Amino acid sequence: MGKTLAEKILAERSQSDARAGDTVVARVDLAFVQDTTGPLTVRQFRELGFPGVASPGGLAVFLDHAAPSPVRQLSNDHILLRGFARETGCHISEVGEGVCHQLVAERFARPGDVIVGSDSHSVTAGALGAFATGLGSSDVAVAVALGRTWFRVPETILISLVGEFPRGVQAKDLALYLIGWLGADGATYKALEFGGEALPRMTMAQRLTVANMAVEAGAKVGLFPGDEVTREFLAGQGRGHSYRPLRADGDADYERVISVDLGELEPMVSLPHVVDNAVAVGKTAGVKLQQVFIGTCTNGRLEDLAVAADIMGGKKRHPDTRLLVAPASRQVLSQALEAGHVQKLIDAGAIILPPGCGACLGLHQGVLGDGELCLSTANRNFRGRMGNPEALVYLASPATAAASAVAGEISDPRELI
Amino acid sequence: MYDIILRGRAIRLGDSISTDDIIPGRFAHLRSNLPQLAEHVFEDVLPGFISRVKQADILVAGRNFGLGSSREHAPLVVKMAGVRAVLAESVARIFYRNAINQGLPALLCRTGGISDGDELEIDLAGGTVSDLTSGARLDCSPMAPLMLAIVQEGGLVPYVRKHGDFAMPGGSGGGHSDGV
Repeated sequence: MGKTLAEKILAERSQSDARAGDTVVARVDLAFVQDTTGPLTVRQFRELGFPGVASPGGLAVFLDHAAPSPVRQLSNDHILLRGFARETGCHISEVGEGVCHQLVAERFARPGDVIVGSDSHSVTAGALGAFATGLGSSDVAVAVALGRTWFRVPETILISLVGEFPRGVQAKDLALYLIGWLGADGATYKALEFGGEALPRMTMAQRLTVANMAVEAGAKVGLFPGDEVTREFLAGQGRGHSYRPLRADGDADYERVISVDLGELEPMVSLPHVVDNAVAVGKTAGVKLQQVFIGTCTNGRLEDLAVAADIMGGKKRHPDTRLLVAPASRQVLSQALEAGHVQKLIDAGAIILPPGCGACLGLHQGVLGDGELCLSTANRNFRGRMGNPEALVYLASPATAAASAVAGEISDPRELI
Repeated sequence: MYDIILRGRAIRLGDSISTDDIIPGRFAHLRSNLPQLAEHVFEDVLPGFISRVKQADILVAGRNFGLGSSREHAPLVVKMAGVRAVLAESVARIFYRNAINQGLPALLCRTGGISDGDELEIDLAGGTVSDLTSGARLDCSPMAPLMLAIVQEGGLVPYVRKHGDFAMPGGSGGGHSDGV
């Protein structure tokens, strides 16, 4: 019997057979922390009493959630993390460089890697064929000390994609549709693996969006193969040497196979307060919005800003609707400036935020008022997510977000393109 | 020695309690001050929880408890508040691992028949829950030996401090870099 992608990677990294259900100890290629979970990781690491980290080159610290810091306590956490990076010689990504998951994709992830981050959206790097998953601070501290961590090898649900996205329908709509279908716990403890004839046409930006949201169905990883799209992306990042082809065996054993025809998808919206509460945009159109937020590790990439700029170009945001745009990284911001997307968005009335996470988790930059509604391109709409338990967060694609910012209410982007 | 028979009073919760419900992201600035952070546990969904919870209480939830963020502060502040164990129909993966790593046992069982305030007895190794108030006995999956061992040591960090490693076979080394 052949192996799924998850089994294949864990078998290599644990030097064992690694079949679904086995418990393995796997070598970790990259462990990383961000600024709201990193300080606890550092304290736990010190508590472990190890003389040093297993591999400074396989450790990265990202200052992205509070970037720049809005409050003294978080500034002090940044000082702690900078000190830890100096002591260990590990990578550090300063305030303003961008969101950890985008930077892991741009700078670190390789097909076949095992990556652990103290952030649940660490699954994002599954887009590059890395077994990438979120762990808590203690687990990451141990991975930093030992260079290894333990996993139960997950069963795999294969998502077979066929067809092409209709105009105005995006990878985010696929992600919301799938989570709605599977349920927020439909893939708990399992791997999602993406395959099918549509895959060669899915860009890395689209793959990153879909992999990013695997955790919203409870999954441990959301894995794409290493293929030509991966090779081109890595080459474009100056990391062509990091590429290797990687795919599941043809006779791999999947727990189930779900087939999705992309051509039948519609723009989707997740209603408050759970992500699997996903409906076609028509069912919630007309809901008035006080804020629209385009950005995050889910949808803050160049392609996302391009779609928003195209839809909003020459138009204005609705006067009652604030529009926040946060590029996922400095590279994205720079490329979006060069391509003219940023100017179009500014002309449409957008506020450009520094690359980072702040607004998404309600830490700063765009905290909602009581009773306010926000349509966001992020991955979570939990109560209190954007800093106020009395506010409502809806999730959608960048195209739906841009169309809705113009209309001042939830709108079908297919009407504007 | 850690007691594998736990006894405590049930505090009922519903389905889909997220880590933002347990400890909202807006308190991220208090994460390096755990006593202050712990004052806000369940503040939005169970106002008054912190004054109601007693030592050895047991959280009893529905489906998908602890979904969301990887913040280990969620099980940490739950434990700091006095909670000894979590029972749920299902537990989100990262929360489950974090709870064990903080020495807070989490068990899966059919929790629908347990009422708020019921007196419960949990046998961690045997995988049973007795509702001493209703007289019901519920089966749950026993904890995996590694997880029980981690809980018995008080969490992952004390466990690895003592054993120097996971007490399982595995590879060694690791790490790479690609630019910054």
